[in-house]
Amino acid sequence: MNINLKVWRQEKDTKKGAFKTYRLQDIDPNISFLEMLDILNNKLIKQELDPVAFDHDCREGICGSCGFMINGQPHGPKKATTVCQLYMRSFNSENEIVLEPFRASAFKIIKDLSIDRSSFDHIIYAGGFVPVNTGDAEEANSTVVEKANADEAFLSAACIGCGACVAACKNSSAMLFTAAKISHLALLPQGEPDKKERVQKMVATMDEEGFGACTNTGACSAECPKEISQENIARLNREFIKSQL
Amino acid sequence: MNDFILDSKTPSGPLHRNWSNHKEDLGALSEEKANKYKIIIIGTGLAGASAAATLAEKGFNVDAFSYHDSPRRAHSIAAQGGINAAKNYKNDGDSTMRLFYDTIKGGDFRSREENVYRLAELSANIIDQCVAQGVPFAREYGGLLDNRSFGGVQVSRTFYARGQTGQQLLLGAYSALSRQLSKGKVCFFPRHDMLDIIVVDGKAKGVVTRNLLNGKIRSHYADAVILATGGYSNVYYLSTNAMASNVTANWRAHRKGALFANPSFTQIHPTCIPVKNSFQSKLTLMSESLRNDGRVWVPKKKNDPREPNDIPENERDYYLERIYPAFGNLVPRDVASRRTKEVCDKGQGVGKTGIAVYLDFKRVIQDKGKQYVQEKYGNLFDMYQKITDEDPHTTPMKIYPAVHYTMGGLWVDYNLMTTIPGLFSIGESNFSDHGANRLGASALMQALADGYFIVPHTITDYLSKETPGSLNKTNQSTLESVAHNTKQEIEKIMNIKGTLVVDEIHKELGKIVWDKIGMSRNSKGLREALEEIPKIKEKFWTKLLIPGSKEDFNQELEKALRLKDFIELAELMALDALERKESCGGHFREEFQTKENEAKRNDLEFMYVAAWQYNKDGKPKLFKEDLEYKNIKLKTRSYK
Repeated sequence: MNINLKVWRQEKDTKKGAFKTYRLQDIDPNISFLEMLDILNNKLIKQELDPVAFDHDCREGICGSCGFMINGQPHGPKKATTVCQLYMRSFNSENEIVLEPFRASAFKIIKDLSIDRSSFDHIIYAGGFVPVNTGDAEEANSTVVEKANADEAFLSAACIGCGACVAACKNSSAMLFTAAKISHLALLPQGEPDKKERVQKMVATMDEEGFGACTNTGACSAECPKEISQENIARLNREFIKSQL
Repeated sequence: MNDFILDSKTPSGPLHRNWSNHKEDLGALSEEKANKYKIIIIGTGLAGASAAATLAEKGFNVDAFSYHDSPRRAHSIAAQGGINAAKNYKNDGDSTMRLFYDTIKGGDFRSREENVYRLAELSANIIDQCVAQGVPFAREYGGLLDNRSFGGVQVSRTFYARGQTGQQLLLGAYSALSRQLSKGKVCFFPRHDMLDIIVVDGKAKGVVTRNLLNGKIRSHYADAVILATGGYSNVYYLSTNAMASNVTANWRAHRKGALFANPSFTQIHPTCIPVKNSFQSKLTLMSESLRNDGRVWVPKKKNDPREPNDIPENERDYYLERIYPAFGNLVPRDVASRRTKEVCDKGQGVGKTGIAVYLDFKRVIQDKGKQYVQEKYGNLFDMYQKITDEDPHTTPMKIYPAVHYTMGGLWVDYNLMTTIPGLFSIGESNFSDHGANRLGASALMQALADGYFIVPHTITDYLSKETPGSLNKTNQSTLESVAHNTKQEIEKIMNIKGTLVVDEIHKELGKIVWDKIGMSRNSKGLREALEEIPKIKEKFWTKLLIPGSKEDFNQELEKALRLKDFIELAELMALDALERKESCGGHFREEFQTKENEAKRNDLEFMYVAAWQYNKDGKPKLFKEDLEYKNIKLKTRSYK
């Protein structure tokens, strides 16, 4: 298949960026999207041009490194799929494919499609943990957790921190990301003792980092490659209100 | 540094008392005193993050470095199946002794008894710790923790979180690390590569790093350094490791005097999605846990063109069940991989390439239903379908072995210290616990045992004998000269200005390593590899083309620096494999096999750890650490 790429090129955050177009011919539909970009980059290097920078590592959808907009959608057209798990067979020959970084004022552009998501880490540092030291744990099975809660906590904890939720949101809100961690710990007895402090600190950090407010459009959840449910946001709101009582 | 005695410092008392006795003898530091010391940790995966958090809790100041943008991205996150622990929750006769025995036997008697026993002993504490952190392990309806089985064992001791156990454990360690980051006890340096180790008066005192965003080379000082940098499977180009996983930190330490042990002990995982074309950039693992319920088979007839569902039962060869009736599909990884290669080499392989076998879930779906399969393996089935466009509920998976893990690594003593005093190595980066073959669900266990429970004690002992901050100003010139060497090397690479991109040279290297130092090895192939690898090195230094500038975010330069070290490592792997004239675990030398094509060990001559010393001008020097089995009887591994 042949494809026409329109890629956002930006040397660094402080410089102005612009779209550039590239044409690739005879692409095997069974290669992955990132392998297609590898081919483009190797071509560019050989022409002594600057390759397109993009984040990626595990290439199996779990590390959360990859992620950019493909035709206006975070991680592209397939549901519950990260960019690295996307294959060229999801596109038609001669299609134009537009690539842009995840845009949000809390995510600075490093170069081209590569962004700085340390603002996510800062939200976790604010309270996304159970305060227990190594060696202080009691026998594991002395904590009994109802299977339904354990399963739900797992689903919330499956967030990979890629930033698609922020990119999908018209307000660039990090509510889904933050809510997933709040939910994971709120559903477990281990998260109980310090849950008030956790939700207040994490929500405050979310605001400080420059993320927008949530207006419940649900775009985050719809685009999330791990299908983190919007119910998490409802739970965050409940936890937040309870923490102020 | 040429001659020294390799002292493993293993305690000689009764096995079950060794670690607790040893711990009592180790030096301690109060929190107030610990606060005067700085420790550098390279890598923030399971081992690095757990060590960083624990050391900070003890009062130490920690500088943690990662080439990722966040500690949460380390490749530990991709581990699927689970983590072993001798909890005996299933009351199926499990015990520390049994986990110890399984691990030693699984490693084909090429690991240290004392280390492995300690690992088994600590396994239960790990689960306690992780549960306390809120790791959402799978649970039974009664609310207690659930277990499943893994290859090479007959008890159910694997704790899991669907097919995302590594993710959940890493996020647990990351959360513990986050807590220390918020307190300012740990300083995190994202997007930094470690390019050299600073050794002053024979002791590790710091590292040289490159900031990947702006290319700045900087020296960092510390009282001790821990390498938690994972394995080197990417020497094969295609592996299940993440794209950036590399050997650079370890190799640079090796060049500075740290011995590298058993480099040829690599693990080929039997169940991966097969290679489909020449553009493939990495391979994807399908968890071993699938072999609990999936059945491996090939058509009895060679080059059978029929679709799998059209082949009747009596024309299928369930070769693992046939050859190994006791363990069946759950034989250890090395055994399953080798037998898979064997049937494909005979022409019974399936798919377009003939380099694949079936992993079939028909029976379990019939017996236990789709819901059961979805709950246990849902994410794996989804992942498979995304990559191959086939539904494993209705068509058997196609799988083939791929490089997955490296048992070899930096040589460490019982305290996890390398041969450079003050330099420690933990997790997959060291060679310690898995011998010649690692059992499934043991990598996560080892990384966390090292990081949470072992190195925090042993590094404290080392530091209790060191003056804190002894290097502050006086040795500034050493720090600068090491950094200068790094800058020169980068300059040299930028100036090659050839015509080949990094991937092209890496693919060539990978092909040699896979063909000749892969699933089976022989003297002829290994000698050829030793002739061909230097040619790759020559090509690297004359034909490589790196675009852009060294002062920018330059992902090609990052890859080139890693490839340079992989090439040097590949040579040592070939040498090590050639030297070991026996078959054991993942190291299968074709010349040394039984009539039934099983690995034939030679305990009389090769019951040792091969630890190699770097020699700038010539052949690496081999030091042998003899292994002794006092608590377990040596026998031929059998899974029949």
